[in-house]
Amino acid sequence: MSEHTHDHDHHEAEGPHVTLKEYVTGFVLAVILTVIPFWLVMGNVFESSTTTALIILAFMVVQIVVHMVYFLHMNFHSEGGWNMLALIFTLVLVFITLAGSLWVMISLNNNMMPGMM
Amino acid sequence: MSEATMTADVKTQDGPLEFLVKGDHHPQNGTLLGFWLYLMSDCLIFACLFATYGVLARSYAGGPTGMEVFDLSLVAINTSMLLLSSITYGFAMLEMQANRLKGTLIWLAVTGLLGAGFLAVELYEFYHLIHIGATPQSSGFLTAFFALVGTHGLHVLFGIVWLVTLLFQLKKHGLIPANKRRVFCLSMFWHFLDVVWVGVFTYVYLMGVLP
Amino acid sequence: MFENLDLTKLIFGRLTWDAIPFHDPIILATFAVVAVGGVAMLAAITHYKLWGYLWNEWFTSIDHKKIGIMYIILGLVMLLRGFADAIMMRLQQAMAFGDNMGYLPPDHYDQIFTAHGVIMIFFVAMPLVTGIMNYLIPLQIGTRDVAFPFLNNFSFWMTTGGAVLMMMSLFVGEFAKTGWLAYPPLSGILQSPGVGVDYYIWSLQIAGVGTLLSGINLLVTIVKMRAPGMSLMKMPVFTWTSLCTNVLIVAAFPVLTAVLAMLTLDRYLGTAFFTNDMGGNAMMYVNLIWIWGHPEVYILILPVFGIFSEIVATYSRKPLFGYTSMVYATVVITVLSYLVWLHHFFTMGSGASVNSFFGITTMIISIPTGAKVFNWLFTMFRGRITFDVPMLWTVGFMVTFVIGGMTGVLLAVPPADFVLHNSLFLIAHFHNVIIGGVLFGLFAGITYWFPKATGYKLDEFWGKLSFWFWLIGFYFAFMPLYVLGLMGVTRRVSHFEDQSLQIWFQIAAFGAVLIAVGIAAFAIQLIVSFRRREALVDKTGDPWDGRTLEWSTSSPPPPYNFAFTPRVHDLDAWWQMKQHGFKRPESGFIPIHMPKGTWAGIVLSAISVACGFALIWHMWLAAAVSFVVLVATAIYHTFNYDRDYYIPAEEVERIEAERTKVLANV
Repeated sequence: MSEHTHDHDHHEAEGPHVTLKEYVTGFVLAVILTVIPFWLVMGNVFESSTTTALIILAFMVVQIVVHMVYFLHMNFHSEGGWNMLALIFTLVLVFITLAGSLWVMISLNNNMMPGMM
Repeated sequence: MSEATMTADVKTQDGPLEFLVKGDHHPQNGTLLGFWLYLMSDCLIFACLFATYGVLARSYAGGPTGMEVFDLSLVAINTSMLLLSSITYGFAMLEMQANRLKGTLIWLAVTGLLGAGFLAVELYEFYHLIHIGATPQSSGFLTAFFALVGTHGLHVLFGIVWLVTLLFQLKKHGLIPANKRRVFCLSMFWHFLDVVWVGVFTYVYLMGVLP
Repeated sequence: MFENLDLTKLIFGRLTWDAIPFHDPIILATFAVVAVGGVAMLAAITHYKLWGYLWNEWFTSIDHKKIGIMYIILGLVMLLRGFADAIMMRLQQAMAFGDNMGYLPPDHYDQIFTAHGVIMIFFVAMPLVTGIMNYLIPLQIGTRDVAFPFLNNFSFWMTTGGAVLMMMSLFVGEFAKTGWLAYPPLSGILQSPGVGVDYYIWSLQIAGVGTLLSGINLLVTIVKMRAPGMSLMKMPVFTWTSLCTNVLIVAAFPVLTAVLAMLTLDRYLGTAFFTNDMGGNAMMYVNLIWIWGHPEVYILILPVFGIFSEIVATYSRKPLFGYTSMVYATVVITVLSYLVWLHHFFTMGSGASVNSFFGITTMIISIPTGAKVFNWLFTMFRGRITFDVPMLWTVGFMVTFVIGGMTGVLLAVPPADFVLHNSLFLIAHFHNVIIGGVLFGLFAGITYWFPKATGYKLDEFWGKLSFWFWLIGFYFAFMPLYVLGLMGVTRRVSHFEDQSLQIWFQIAAFGAVLIAVGIAAFAIQLIVSFRRREALVDKTGDPWDGRTLEWSTSSPPPPYNFAFTPRVHDLDAWWQMKQHGFKRPESGFIPIHMPKGTWAGIVLSAISVACGFALIWHMWLAAAVSFVVLVATAIYHTFNYDRDYYIPAEEVERIEAERTKVLANV
């Protein structure tokens, strides 16, 4: 690691370099990924609720990735890869919290809530 | 270890091993990573609220259901305002990158106004719900709904307060590195709120009106 | 007159003179002692004109070393209160059989066991662990301070604020009677309408802010501020376990924040999260709180595993055996700790499939811990071991913790847990691992690093005495509880009918007395060591011939830690430097960049405590005002850009020259 002897408040570009193209692309993609789910639900396009639900959840995941990449400049290199690692770890925990809680609570509800015995 | 000498280097057969960094050494600034980690922790708070909503979503207690009270056109307006505010923040970042203080301030202000608009619509929505008797106390479903959407709204409010504070600080000190870091942090916060909103409008509103 | 009534309520909420427990002799006596002692201490500080010194050198300090010491002082002081609660319970349970109702009414007893748990976990174990991590991490990684020094000060004061608010519940109002996790519906507004649960909520939320920010702080410090050359696999093991601990803190505490906030909404606004009716689900609280709760216990134990690794290696005069496997074991424990939480409520009724899954994951998580124990044993094997006090604590830990771990694996089997859940067997198990693990480790660590922090060692005799009384006392106090639990005795009971059980409780009470002697011995050790500090002085900075970078500094270290940042080439960096005959530089010093102290931490925390108190007592006006002041003060603080200064080169030279002189006279 080389040594610098300069002022404390560094002028090295902190944070990612941003471009207009990135933001516009992200915005357009996000709009599309928002309009379609709204249309699917408000227009009652599919008969099956389950199908609709699964599709809009998939759109949600994709749009979140779009936000992460184009607005939050998520990549494998920022902060030496620690940003990505923290994000992945958090997503795993979010999944465990959501899926785990739902599995546990549904089992509990089935076994323990009144009217179910 | 008791003799005082002038040198810190020691020679080994592979050449001198330096055990000290000569001269000034500044560790890297950790503010952006630290703020990102804070956002990850905030993610987990929302995960708990989503999980609770997931568990209580059909607990209507004989009261109104999502289909009966959610107004998707209002949600559509909300969502577009928040999404627009994300790109206007992006414009502010571009201005900052080009070192144009005035442009940065203008686009930040626009972002703040859009955020305030989002909140205004949401407050109207909440007022209307309470007015027709769908209060947070009415059922598990409504409790979880108000808590999740309300917490998101509180975060937006906090973001706006922060944004206004930053406007003053930018006017006072300009685009110094410390301020640039703050603008970066707020941008992460703002986009993160939009990410959470994607989850909210999908999981709560859109799925909430499905039969 | 009507106007006056409203005004009183507006200002004082539900706070009235009834809140002060004039009718309770025990509390009154405690208050008298605390008041007299407190006034005496304040008077002494004033008399010796120490307020300026305390404010400038300690309360506003952002120096991680001072903050670490303050955390440890907080933890040790709260240990006294938490232990007092324990003695009171042991005494009650030893005597309350048949017609003898004991001296504590159930109402009071319930507050004691709740307070005991909350204090020991949140205000003893967490501050002690945080304090040691705070002190050690920058020194071990070769840097000057943590990543966010101001936040560090703020975190400490928020933790202290939470403790203060909790202590206030003893004299104004009451505390929760729900157990340390405050399950609804008992903790809901219908069954606990008083202030007790509110005290619980707000002290934990305030302290929780401090803990979360501290977690982020230490995590960024370890990631970003390591000395050049110190890659992850060249970090000291304590730094590794601290890294994982802080990951757990950042990942777990938000869940506690969220769940307590939901309980708060239920109590203050009548929402239906955890209610019995209106579609609420109280079981969701249990689910969420243990999603936090299980990682929490790993937050407590992982740093201590790191402490033992350092001590074992140093005292065996060998590198730690299996460094890589230790690191992997720690990371595996970190990840797995999120997959076991349901074992805390096997009996709530999720059914066989769910219970089996979590039972299996619980058994799996014991494996990496077992690997660690073997690594410590292999480190000791063929080492030239000196059994100083830290090593005594370590061996005591290894035996005691393993027993506790085994009973944990027993409890991990759902059918067994159905019999033993919430029995005294469970109480014995977790005290076994927390005392035998966390507490023994903290005492070991405090003894080991005490000379580094103060410049003199702790007295051996009183240290050994403290250890033996703690060790033997622990076994007398808790082994009977295993027996009682297997016989079916439940926890949190203040009176019994079956006389044949009494002998076991009496043995346990005897054990508690032995532990009390151990604590007294520790206190005496502190006093005696201070008085003998010249004889016990540590001049070299390296009294144990240590292996890691903190031992390269003077005892205590200078404010800037290192005049020049170290450059690291291998594991056990300081050991390597010594092997190569490293000599300290004596010239060429440069100005050192340091952060300034701040008033904002203690002030913001004090306002938070005021706001919490107001919310507890429904003093809505005061709550609103203090909240606004809090936000305004925080915003005001962000306008301060003048956060740092330089220590001039001459000052550095002077400090280093003094050390050279001391080392020359060793």
